[in-house]
Amino acid sequence: MKKKLTAVDFRGTPEQEAKLLAVIEKYRGVKGAMMPILQEAQEIYGYLPPEVQKIIAEKTGTPLEEIYGIATFYSQFKLNPSGEVAISICLGTACYVKGAAAVLEEVSKQLGVEVGGISPDGRYSLEATRCVGACGLAPVMVINNEVYGKMTADQVASVLAKYKA
Amino acid sequence: MDKVKVTINDREYEVPAGTTVLDAARLANIDIPTLCYLREINEIGACRICLVEVSEGGKPFRMVTSCVYPVSDGMVIKTDSPKIQKARKLNLELLLSNHNMDCLSCIRSTNCELQKLCRDYGVTSSYFVGERTKAAKDESSPSIVRDNTKCILCRRCVAACHKVQAVGVIGAINRGFDTEIGCAFESKLADTPCINCGQCTVVCPTGALHERDDTDKVFEALADPSKFVAIITAPSVRATLGECFGYEPGTDVEGKMVAALKRMGFNGVYNMNLTADLTIIEEAHELIERIKNGGKLPMITSCSPGWIKFCEHFFPEFTENLSTCKSPQQMFGAILKTYFAQKNGLDPKDIFVVSAIPCTAKKFEVGREGEAASGYPDVDVAITTRELGRMIERCGIDFKSLPDEPFDQPFGVATGAGEIFGATGGVMEAALRTAAESILGHPLEKVEFPDVRGTAGIKRATYRLGDLEIKVAVVSGTANAKKLLERVKNGEEDLTFIEVMACPGGCVNGGGQPYQPPVVRNNVDLRAKRAAVLYEVDSKNKLRRSHENPVCKMLYDEFFGEPGSHKAHEILHTFYVKRGLYK
Repeated sequence: MKKKLTAVDFRGTPEQEAKLLAVIEKYRGVKGAMMPILQEAQEIYGYLPPEVQKIIAEKTGTPLEEIYGIATFYSQFKLNPSGEVAISICLGTACYVKGAAAVLEEVSKQLGVEVGGISPDGRYSLEATRCVGACGLAPVMVINNEVYGKMTADQVASVLAKYKA
Repeated sequence: MDKVKVTINDREYEVPAGTTVLDAARLANIDIPTLCYLREINEIGACRICLVEVSEGGKPFRMVTSCVYPVSDGMVIKTDSPKIQKARKLNLELLLSNHNMDCLSCIRSTNCELQKLCRDYGVTSSYFVGERTKAAKDESSPSIVRDNTKCILCRRCVAACHKVQAVGVIGAINRGFDTEIGCAFESKLADTPCINCGQCTVVCPTGALHERDDTDKVFEALADPSKFVAIITAPSVRATLGECFGYEPGTDVEGKMVAALKRMGFNGVYNMNLTADLTIIEEAHELIERIKNGGKLPMITSCSPGWIKFCEHFFPEFTENLSTCKSPQQMFGAILKTYFAQKNGLDPKDIFVVSAIPCTAKKFEVGREGEAASGYPDVDVAITTRELGRMIERCGIDFKSLPDEPFDQPFGVATGAGEIFGATGGVMEAALRTAAESILGHPLEKVEFPDVRGTAGIKRATYRLGDLEIKVAVVSGTANAKKLLERVKNGEEDLTFIEVMACPGGCVNGGGQPYQPPVVRNNVDLRAKRAAVLYEVDSKNKLRRSHENPVCKMLYDEFFGEPGSHKAHEILHTFYVKRGLYK
């Protein structure tokens, strides 16, 4: 699934930036350090905003394109933060066969958020995940660690209603 | 060197140990087809077009990528077995399954490497039909067009951009079926620190990366009776234009080129070598002034617009080291729209200046601020050698049968010093000839400076001129420029004068130069062959010092006064800006 560029504004703090710079300093001179730098940057910020990628590019002398290439290649890296309401829908085999794609499409339609994206106000984020290990409940939707099993497209509206701001 | 015995297609050969199968086959007069391979630049075995069958130590045959697989003693190689042909054809069909087959209207039609392979392997139809990667055309840059619907992900452009030029604005982004060659955050090329050097366009095997075609603008001007349309040709174009018409690399076609341009209807066909001479006179003067008056040193040359943009993006602290001289292209346009316009009673708005150049970055340079001495842009359109070749073809001019004709006067006279501008080290040598004689006060016995010649990426030399010691360095390819400037920054180099050319080997290997198929590009030293033309012409010229150019003398007598005068500064000099990296 192609990653979506983030739609929310950067809200990084000076404390986060100080942590990031310390991480970069820790790996100075270490070959092949871009993966751990990006992983730790994601731990600090929760995702890899463009502003953070630019800091890493500048401080490590790496072309920004290369960093963006890595960030979009590995599924572990997120270009978008999780929303206040973080929705993930399992597209593992069992869920998929039981119609998870239709649920995903319905959520995306109702919230106006693309898969892998976030609403501009930062409220809703939507992700498609691999098997979450609850195949007996397929198709499964998880919102902020709350599990909704045996979902159908018809039930989407009533579930989402609980999370209205 | 150790030799090993190999059998290639049932014949035995002795080849140096450690050779790749691809090179071993070449020694046996066989060209194995390649797509992603670029000698010493991109050796990644990704496209799998160069597959061959090998058997080692009596084991069964297996398929390997010949571009990266080394030979071993007793190896048996099959380069054209039915199995190999089938595998290559299948790979081509898979490439076509995600390819925009707009061949008829593609700028690379007839010199596309993918098209040729499909023809060679009898790929007659699209075997795999299905979804294609969605890709938008990026036409934001004044120099380069990106069209990923024609990209085969060979990564030759990526290697050129990252490794050769140290610019690194394009690369593989996203993953799997969504993979494409793009910029960070999918931004447009114009919003990145792309330097417009065009090295990516020279190495692209298809039409995915190419120069912006400005030829229609030229034809339009030629058809406008109210315009005086002048064309100025850069030093290296005469050494490469012939390649568009089937001449061997390293053929001088100056006379035929001029004849063709006259037949196309240009009102004036002029030699840019003249303003190369003028650049040298101004630049040598500037260098001596800086040395005498404690100006910013090392001074760095400013004729390569790719290098200028590289400096502005990546080394803004060095912009004051750049010579303020405009490039020869811009000086020429400025003279045509000021001196020449006044002398001939022309309004500069009615003069249309076209430059024929080996360079895609010149397309950006014509639109820079501070490049409009008359109030109108010094140069209206810059067209590359490749575009010029296409224009001549479109006009139906039979290039090979043309007579040799001379440039129009008075702007057709140039010295050998102007000629060698097109090769790395040429500007330095030309400047040294003039600066040395100015400092010493007498003519040099020998005008050649062999230390700064040749295709090495970084060259250094020290010269004693009277009681003055001048330390110079010559670099080409911006990755080399980066290496050198970092050393200058760290105080590891003590230099007076640096020549930088953005493209490796200088303009003869510029981003707008003709395509050569892989067999030539990977096996012929194009830079040296093309540069040899310029040094040969220089050696035969009676005038070999820029300051001996009678037209330059006339320009100073009638117009500028003296080198570095107020008027010269207004018309022949420019300024630079410090640019950020990303918008």
